[in-house]
This record gives sequence, structure tokens and C-alpha cells, in this order.
Amino acid sequence: MSPRFKPGDAVTVRRAYPPGHLRTPHFIRGKAGMVERLCGNFPNPEELAYGRNGLPALPLYRVRFVQRQVWPDYAGAPGDTVDIEIYEHWLEPAAGETSHA
Amino acid sequence: MHDDHPHSHDHRPDQDRPLSDHQLMEIAVRELLIEKRILTADDVRRAVEAMDARSPALGAQVVARAWTDPAFKARLLANGTAACEELGIAMGPTKLVVVESTPEVHNLIVCTLCSCYPRMLLGLPPDWYKSRAYRARAVREPRAVLSEFGTELADDVTVRVHDSTADMRYLVLPLRPPGTDGWSEERLAGLVTRDSMVGVSVPQAA
Repeated sequence: MSPRFKPGDAVTVRRAYPPGHLRTPHFIRGKAGMVERLCGNFPNPEELAYGRNGLPALPLYRVRFVQRQVWPDYAGAPGDTVDIEIYEHWLEPAAGETSHA
Repeated sequence: MHDDHPHSHDHRPDQDRPLSDHQLMEIAVRELLIEKRILTADDVRRAVEAMDARSPALGAQVVARAWTDPAFKARLLANGTAACEELGIAMGPTKLVVVESTPEVHNLIVCTLCSCYPRMLLGLPPDWYKSRAYRARAVREPRAVLSEFGTELADDVTVRVHDSTADMRYLVLPLRPPGTDGWSEERLAGLVTRDSMVGVSVPQAA
């Protein structure tokens, strides 16, 4: 799969709670961040966990989030960040970038 | 402390509980692989021995080289896996991302979902790295966690936490301590601890 996003793109993590083996932490669902880098394509762990081959491989990104936007009462500096690896199917363009509703 | 012992150490209780489902599954799969002659018991033992033999000394060697060789450092930051392989370190399938700490930025590694860790470079993770407390708090209040490890950062230093949730593994390239000009790579490597490569501490020359 060719990647949908590139470094610097504003993205939002889907706010979804499907059952199964997921590698998208709960605390980051629904949060907006910026693509830090594309890590390459990797088999889907949500499929691998159940003995399937996880293909086609999905683009995996490192997404950077501003801590104060992740935790409203975050006590550290305004520039503090958390970078998280997220597979492409969990990401959407940040609100305002597209008009599909 | 136990008064009837001439030495002090924690006494762990014997593990007399029944095996967990996962332990039973591991034994069943291992015995099947051996029975079907896909692996031998000695292959399994060798793999465990090889993993136990890995230690943070490998990571320290990488850091010391990066501190003394700017071209290597550039390659390490661009492709951590390939740069470690240059030094003869077998990386297997590990995809390594190296994050550089500077006077302005401090990096901290965690795996909030489980305990992903750059074992090829640091060996087995310490117990605290796998604890729920570290995994939850390193993202939620990293400065408080750092402080508990004795690492106090100025407010104008940015803290970047890296959550190792998927296929990458992370190594912190710590800031080279002042007062180490002219030190050999070997002497520098002696300053680089496991904790400094996870980011809960910083190397010190004193």
C-alpha cells in the first residue's frame, strides 16, 4: 500500500473501540497529532494475533502528540511531546482538512 | 533483612502456583516442535542462552561510537538497524530508531502496551520497565517519573516520550557528558548505562 500521509501531516486517531488485539493505546484515540515519520509497511498486528498473515502490509507511522493536548492537566512544559507508532487504518486527516462527514 | 542470614537479599516465595494458560501453551508448543524435529531442546536452550548473554554493553558501544564519530552518528540516526550491524551487532528482525538527546531535548522510552525493549542492544528489560506503574506514568507524568529516578530537568528542556507500541524499538543516544574531551571510545562506553539508554537517567563523568 502506498502511504496516505507524509511527515508533517496533521492527523487524528480514530475514536473507535473494536474488540480484539489492538496496538493503538486507548489514551490516544480521538487525539490530534502530526506525522513524525513513515516507518515502512508492516503486517497488520490485529490479524497476526489470530494466526492470519496480516497482509497486505499497512503503512506504519510515528505520530507526535503535544502532551498538553493529550492530558488536559499535564504538568510539564508546553513543548513536551509523546510519539506513538500508529498503523494507517487508525488515522484520519485532522478535522478541517477534509470535508467528508 | 533476615537475621539468620549472613547476607541480605530479597527472598522470593517459591512459585508453587499451578502453571498459567500461557505457560502451559509454551510448554506444549515447545514439546511439539521438538517431537516433530523442527527444533531440538538444545536449539531452544542456545536461544535462551544467547539472549541472556546480551547486555547493555552492546548499546554502550554504539553510543560511544556515535559520540566520537560524527559520520557514524548521522548514519545511526538515519537508520539505527544498519548502523548497529556495521559494528557487527546481530539485529535480527529488529527495526531500531535512535533518538538523540541534546541540551534542549530529553528522550524517554516506554512501551505502554506491554514491554517492547531493544533486547538486541540492552539484553532483557529491568522489572520496573515492565511494571504497570512505569508504563502508565512514563507517558502521563514523565517529569515526575524522571525525578524519582534522580533525573531533574530544567523547565526549558523539552521531554519527548516515545511509546514503543508496534514494530520499532528505541534507543536513546544520551548527551555526552562535559569533561570527557579526548576520552577513548572504550572509556566513554564505561559511562553509558542501561538506564541512560532508556532515558530515565543521564550519563555522568564524575
